[in-house]
Amino acid sequence: MSETEMPLLTAEGLTRLYGPRIGCIDVALEIFPGEVLAVVGESGSGKSTLLSMLSTQLAPTRGTVTYRSRDGGMRDLFSLSEAERRFLFRTDWGFVHQDARMGLRMGVSAGGNVGERLMAVGWRHFGNIRAEAVDWLGRVEIGADRIDDRPAAFSGGMRQRLQIAKNMVTRPRLVFMDEPTGGLDVSVQARLLDLIRGLVADYGLAAIIVTHDLAVARLLSHRIMVMREGRVIETGLTDQVLDDPREPYTQLLVSSVLQG
Amino acid sequence: MDQMMRLDGVAKSFTMHLRGGAELPVVRDVSFEVAAGECVALGGPSGAGKSSILKMIYGNYRADRGEIWLRDGGEWIDVARAAPRRMLRLRKSAIGYVSQFLRAIPRVSSLDLVVAAAREGGAGEDEAKHRAADLLARLNLPERLWSLPPATFSGGEQQRVNVARGFAAGQPMLLLDEPTASLDAASRARVVALIAERRKAGTAILGIFHDEAVRNEIADRTVDVTRFAA
Repeated sequence: MSETEMPLLTAEGLTRLYGPRIGCIDVALEIFPGEVLAVVGESGSGKSTLLSMLSTQLAPTRGTVTYRSRDGGMRDLFSLSEAERRFLFRTDWGFVHQDARMGLRMGVSAGGNVGERLMAVGWRHFGNIRAEAVDWLGRVEIGADRIDDRPAAFSGGMRQRLQIAKNMVTRPRLVFMDEPTGGLDVSVQARLLDLIRGLVADYGLAAIIVTHDLAVARLLSHRIMVMREGRVIETGLTDQVLDDPREPYTQLLVSSVLQG
Repeated sequence: MDQMMRLDGVAKSFTMHLRGGAELPVVRDVSFEVAAGECVALGGPSGAGKSSILKMIYGNYRADRGEIWLRDGGEWIDVARAAPRRMLRLRKSAIGYVSQFLRAIPRVSSLDLVVAAAREGGAGEDEAKHRAADLLARLNLPERLWSLPPATFSGGEQQRVNVARGFAAGQPMLLLDEPTASLDAASRARVVALIAERRKAGTAILGIFHDEAVRNEIADRTVDVTRFAA
């Protein structure tokens, strides 16, 4: 089997209980290289809990997540040491938070934020780090003249683009995104969506995008998973699930979208 | 003739949960075949289920029952059961679809939409650009519109972008949902010529053509959808 025919990440029976309350229950999924999976549902549906587990930030009550590392081996993510997990996060993965303040160091310059990640993977030469940072800031449309400014001085959309540059600079194979366009003005949202779409196409990224916005899911994803009350209730090709929703809840979600 | 597409006992109904679970039957027992180099028209009045049949074949709607076999190179795939990832691959290599209305990615220029479709089908960058420009020119879309997103275009202009996009990848099967609707006579003739050319080259074509003159000109036969009424 070629590389693209083997899943990059596989989850089985993934469950998280908060005492008697269900965070998310019995989720199984596979994500392949170059594939974008959207996880949709309203707040409280368990989609963020799922994303936290897939990205090893939250331990599951039961279930497994395996990941194919660059050497081809399948690794059980929850048996990795803390150091190994941190290494994955710095090299192979990206995580784009809805609130850019969680993904950026607000007291460090834009260039420092991007450069930091390069230093974490062994870059040492200051000139190279700065050049690479300028290059990536350019790709997310942040001018070189802003490299020494702190993200605190940036607009919401710009912070989000900086967060993406910081994630992309180590060329991750898999990026997790939690409501990446949430809380932004529509025009800013549009620009960010265009940027993400371009990056996914240009770099063959795999991405798992959590969103409550079906338009975002339609635009960016190949496949979709609909969650409700902690369970996956419907899954399939994005256009099929959105054009021919089967479950009552999915029909409600789809019918609630304003036709543009 | 080589078979490309075979439907066997396909049924579809919609269950409208927001309307108290009302059942809306669409079609049942849909069975027919399309061969390479053949153009088959789906006939019948509006609401008979013609578009739904095309959407099931493309995997846009699910089939409740039956089998939808499409040929992908040396392999036969049942769309009604294929995994989503297999469907995505099938769309790249085996089957194209011109929907009734253009649904395009916002903010992307008309030319880039068509280039992207050609790239999806495996064309290299230069070849894709060449093919896209050629299609838009042949469909008579004024060149000043190429760099603009089609959102503000007239119905006929959007339709021509849609047709160009559907033809760009050159898959051996094509589904066409009213490809000449809202076109003037000159543009209609160009679309008809393009379809005839593809059919001659061996593409299996299944389409909905309300315009009787168009249908008579390009379809080898008509499958009457009213006989599949559910």
